[in-house]
Amino acid sequence: MSLCVAYGDHREGEVHRGVMPWAGASVDMCLELTSGVRSLCVLTCAFTEHECPNSLPMRNIVSLSSASPVSYTGPSYCGSSVARSQMWILMCTTRFRSTIHAGQCLWCVCLGAQLPRCWRLVHMLPADEFSAFPASPPFSIGDKALDGYSKKKYVCKLLFIFLLGHDIDFGHMEAVNLLSSNRYTEKQIGYLFISVLVNSNSELIRLINNAIKNDLASRNPTFMGLALHCIANVGSREMAEAFAGEIPKILVAGDTMDSVKQSAALCLLRLYRTSPDLVPMGDWTSRVVHLLNDQHLGVVTAATSLITTLAQKNPEEFKTSVSLAVSRLSRIVTSASTDLQDYTYYFVPAPWLSVKLLRLLQCYPPPEDPAVRGRLTECLETILNKAQEPPKSKKVQHSNAKNAVLFEAISLIIHHDSEPNLLVRACNQLGQFLQHRETNLRYLALESMCTLASSEFSHEAVKTHIETTERDVSVRQRAVDLLYAMCDRSNAQQIVAEMLSYLETADYSIREEIVLKVAILAEKYAVDYTWYVDTILNLIRIAGDYVSEEVWYRVIQIVINRDDVQGYAAKTVFEALQAPACHENLVKVGGYILGEFGNLIAGDPRSSPLIQFNLLHSKFHLCSVPTRALLLSTYIKFVNLFPEVKTTIQDVLRSDSQLKNADVELQQRAVEYLRLSTVASTDILATVLEEMPPFPERESSILAKLKKKKGPSTVTDLEEAKRERSADVNGGPEPAPASASTMVGPFLMAVPRTSAGVPSPRDSGPAERLPVGENFLLNMSVCQEPIGGIKPEAFLSPSPGTPKTPLIQMAGLMQTACSTPSPSADLLGLGAAPPAPTGPPPSSGGLLVDVFSDSPSAVAPLAPGSEDNFARFVCKNNGVLFENQLLQIGLKSEFRQNLGRMFIFYGNKTSTQFLSFTPTLICSDDLRANILGSISPLQTKPVDPTVDGGAQVQQVVNIECVSDFTEAPVLNIQFRYGGTFQNVSVKLPITLNKFFQPTEMASQDFFQRWKQLSSPQQEVQNIFKAKHPMDTEITKAKIIGFGSALLEEVDPNPANFVGAGIIHTKTTQIGCLLRLEPNLQAQMYRLTLRTSKETVSQRLCELLSEQF
Amino acid sequence: MRFMLLFSRQGKLRLQKWYLATSDKERKKMVRELMQVVLARKPKMCSFLEWRDLKVVYKRYASLYFCCAIEGQDNELITLELIHRYVELLDKYFGSVCELDIIFNFEKAYFILDEFLMGGDVQDTSKKSVLKAIEQADLLQEVRAQDSEEEEEEEEEYPGAGCPPSPGHLACRPQLPPSRH
Repeated sequence: MSLCVAYGDHREGEVHRGVMPWAGASVDMCLELTSGVRSLCVLTCAFTEHECPNSLPMRNIVSLSSASPVSYTGPSYCGSSVARSQMWILMCTTRFRSTIHAGQCLWCVCLGAQLPRCWRLVHMLPADEFSAFPASPPFSIGDKALDGYSKKKYVCKLLFIFLLGHDIDFGHMEAVNLLSSNRYTEKQIGYLFISVLVNSNSELIRLINNAIKNDLASRNPTFMGLALHCIANVGSREMAEAFAGEIPKILVAGDTMDSVKQSAALCLLRLYRTSPDLVPMGDWTSRVVHLLNDQHLGVVTAATSLITTLAQKNPEEFKTSVSLAVSRLSRIVTSASTDLQDYTYYFVPAPWLSVKLLRLLQCYPPPEDPAVRGRLTECLETILNKAQEPPKSKKVQHSNAKNAVLFEAISLIIHHDSEPNLLVRACNQLGQFLQHRETNLRYLALESMCTLASSEFSHEAVKTHIETTERDVSVRQRAVDLLYAMCDRSNAQQIVAEMLSYLETADYSIREEIVLKVAILAEKYAVDYTWYVDTILNLIRIAGDYVSEEVWYRVIQIVINRDDVQGYAAKTVFEALQAPACHENLVKVGGYILGEFGNLIAGDPRSSPLIQFNLLHSKFHLCSVPTRALLLSTYIKFVNLFPEVKTTIQDVLRSDSQLKNADVELQQRAVEYLRLSTVASTDILATVLEEMPPFPERESSILAKLKKKKGPSTVTDLEEAKRERSADVNGGPEPAPASASTMVGPFLMAVPRTSAGVPSPRDSGPAERLPVGENFLLNMSVCQEPIGGIKPEAFLSPSPGTPKTPLIQMAGLMQTACSTPSPSADLLGLGAAPPAPTGPPPSSGGLLVDVFSDSPSAVAPLAPGSEDNFARFVCKNNGVLFENQLLQIGLKSEFRQNLGRMFIFYGNKTSTQFLSFTPTLICSDDLRANILGSISPLQTKPVDPTVDGGAQVQQVVNIECVSDFTEAPVLNIQFRYGGTFQNVSVKLPITLNKFFQPTEMASQDFFQRWKQLSSPQQEVQNIFKAKHPMDTEITKAKIIGFGSALLEEVDPNPANFVGAGIIHTKTTQIGCLLRLEPNLQAQMYRLTLRTSKETVSQRLCELLSEQF
Repeated sequence: MRFMLLFSRQGKLRLQKWYLATSDKERKKMVRELMQVVLARKPKMCSFLEWRDLKVVYKRYASLYFCCAIEGQDNELITLELIHRYVELLDKYFGSVCELDIIFNFEKAYFILDEFLMGGDVQDTSKKSVLKAIEQADLLQEVRAQDSEEEEEEEEEYPGAGCPPSPGHLACRPQLPPSRH
């Protein structure tokens, strides 16, 4: 940033042009510079000399470089008093900051050509801001040098400007200088500026710390007070380091004045909050506890705050505070309202102190000493009694203060949860508040009741106080919370009904939350699942727009998993769909359920197949694309369920509005389904379109959503509390563990799993699983051209030469599609996005950024078996790289020339979440130079730090081979599982041969090249014993898998194997020839490699030798 | 307490006090968001609301909103009275305080707040002792100001010198009676 100084007088109709730009100037420079000039206004802006055509007096003004200190030598301008206009300039400047930072010359924009406009703008500013602006500029410089007084004045003005909401980025140094002044006012303003403007990470902290140190040592209570305030206000770690040892001494010193003690206590508290590790516990702690007995109530108040926070972390050390606090509290509670003089607030004795003492007591269980305990009970009773007394004053402050103490007492009672008598009284008191006309009290009463509802004793008592007629939305929200908290099996139906009826009139802002809560309660306490289905359908009817995906996914999951409710569900949705206008979510649920279980109600002539179909199809045109897509899937399911409507459905699918639909997804479905219904036999249809298998049991996705919405603390606490309390909660349907293949659908069960990317969609709603196999159908029978963004060639088959049955190809495709957990790739296409493009990696080097991160602190040694697994991947691209009880790592990779892309799938095999899940790739520098990789998650965010139980996440590594290499990168995975830290390292099978391109050549060519590569460095030979049975076919497959072409009829000896190919690197291409001669009698092989580069020959030979 | 804000009905920030280190950007964002939420609320609504992971306690006095963000465990009602006590202190010091007093004597408003609250906790709840501390400081200022030689004519009013705003402002200034709603 440069600084520019401008001055002028608007009354002459223009502002004198005077601009002094320089780089890196600081405020001191500016002050120094402007000291000779009258009435200058300091603006901050950035521009360069030549951009400013109006900079006429530039010659007179020294242009400054950042390095050299500056003195002003230009002429002295005698401006008149133009204060106000300059303020306007300043305002304009601050208003236009964004423009300025963009490198434009503000001077030209604002004060040059467009001056009149600028004025208008200023005059349009709100009047109050305008009048509030001080008339003089922030730095009105006289002929004198800056003295402390003016410095103070300027700093104060800057502060003012800052407080008006403008940015201030200079003047800090002046403020720091003021700290060392021994004039009180100057010091005070300096401290104020720093406490308001200085952030904890400022570089000035060291200077500030020095000044504070001096003031603390001064023993002048006023200065000490200022310094302590400053520490508390800034409260950075650096400050904690500097003063955390000092302040306890001040706090407990006998000669410290009361006011300083108060400040010291709170200052220490602040430091403890920022960096608890830096505050040393010591013998001062016991003396601090005794401050509770101090004569001065102010000191006690401050000390109680400190002790409460300290006691939360170190309960043992502050145990003695309990009895002291109780006796102090009892003295306050029993005192007459006049006893405490100024500490009585509207006839309530020391309310703040009482609240704090009660808060302190909540850090501990009920006192064990019966005397103390009795005294405390007495206190609490007195407080409860006082609530019944007639108020001593009509003022709201009186009742507020009194009730503040009362509520704190009630939360102590709830916390102790030991005196049934008190609990009942507290509960009744809260019940009274629920009827109170003061909104605040109703709110707080509901809030306290929420905590009370999860306490053992008073559960019954709370139940009597259900009430939701409330006008204030935040209070209603509390009421809903309370209803949710107190729901159990006995009152679930009643509460859910109440919440539903309330939902109809509820404020929009809380509808979604209520919907989630109703859905959760209905599921959790459902005895009769028909009731559950009714409730959710009601929910959709009443607040369809607020029913999130998770809710209707969940209904379908439950209906599918429970046989007993399926018929009822089909009947109910059928009836619900008959309403003339029904919500789209209902159409979704209806479409899905009828598609699965429509046959259960087809016997009834009122819901015959054709009627069902016509009913659904009547909604079709009103729905959005995702829903229509779902309905199309329902239709194809109907084709299977009801052969009699097949022709009707085929007609619909064949209609132009489907087959030629502008939406690719719909079009594709129509084409595929139509084709499927025509070509496939009934058996195949029945298998493909079979009823969905039960969903694996998992945590309700709705609950997860509610947690996310409410923040982790609130819901979990409540949930856990409830879980402990009520054993009668439904455990949910019996867990039905679904293996990976059943997840994909029955169709795939027959298919050998060639790839190990375990296809478990991460958070699969039912939607992700419905239309099994549409993409492959397309590839199998319809056409070979890319449609709908799915490019068959994108899924590079590992070795193009291998003959493959269509089925396997299909499997490969299926796996690719299924194992992409990104929501955009869900098979139903509800996300309406095409599957993530997995086309050939971009060839431009610019996209491949080297982000192999630096080695993390601790990397586990390679997992056992890692080497073996590594070797297995030399000749194949897909499979399971690593597996233990917790984690499975699958790989799927494709390579083309010198580029490669590797998908890494991390599957959580447990039912518990992995936390802080961080996979890192570790490469030696050497390797890094030779292969560039970039890890980019397919989803927008980097690999999620949490991996849910049973879920799978995916990561993509882009690889570019720059030159040949021998090592392999190591994949290190660190995560937390159930509190223990897991650290796994595996070698990532990125080997040189992956960049092989096979080359076919005739015998003649081969031997010609073989001879060309005859120098001893180019040939590497290895003779080794066979590790595996010597099977010709397997060997052939391995050589092809290795990447080279297998050349038949080249070698005169038919038992030998000959291969050729080219290794692609970014810089060069290396031709490779290989020859493998098996010796069956000796069970030996001789492998010869000739390439144009010695290291390549060496490495390839090593790699390939391992394979046989 | 996490922070305290004073802002006008027009959404102009008049005073801000942060008790936890927060970056400038974050502060601005929070202020903007919170102002929107609070200003949108109707007068009869309750003074507490949940906002992010904090509880916000606010109260309106004439055209000014006093707004405190406290943590989950803190007592709302006593925070409400904390605000009231602060207003009382301002009122006592300025003699029926108005928004302009806080604008032009912002540093006093800060000093009073600092004497009353520190690091987010009440330092002293006694009106007398807080005001005594402020008066002492003022006294120090007077004494210093008198014996400093540069006590020349300082004709322009500017913030920070303790000069009252011009009579024009005084005439039209709206008073800040501690309102109750």
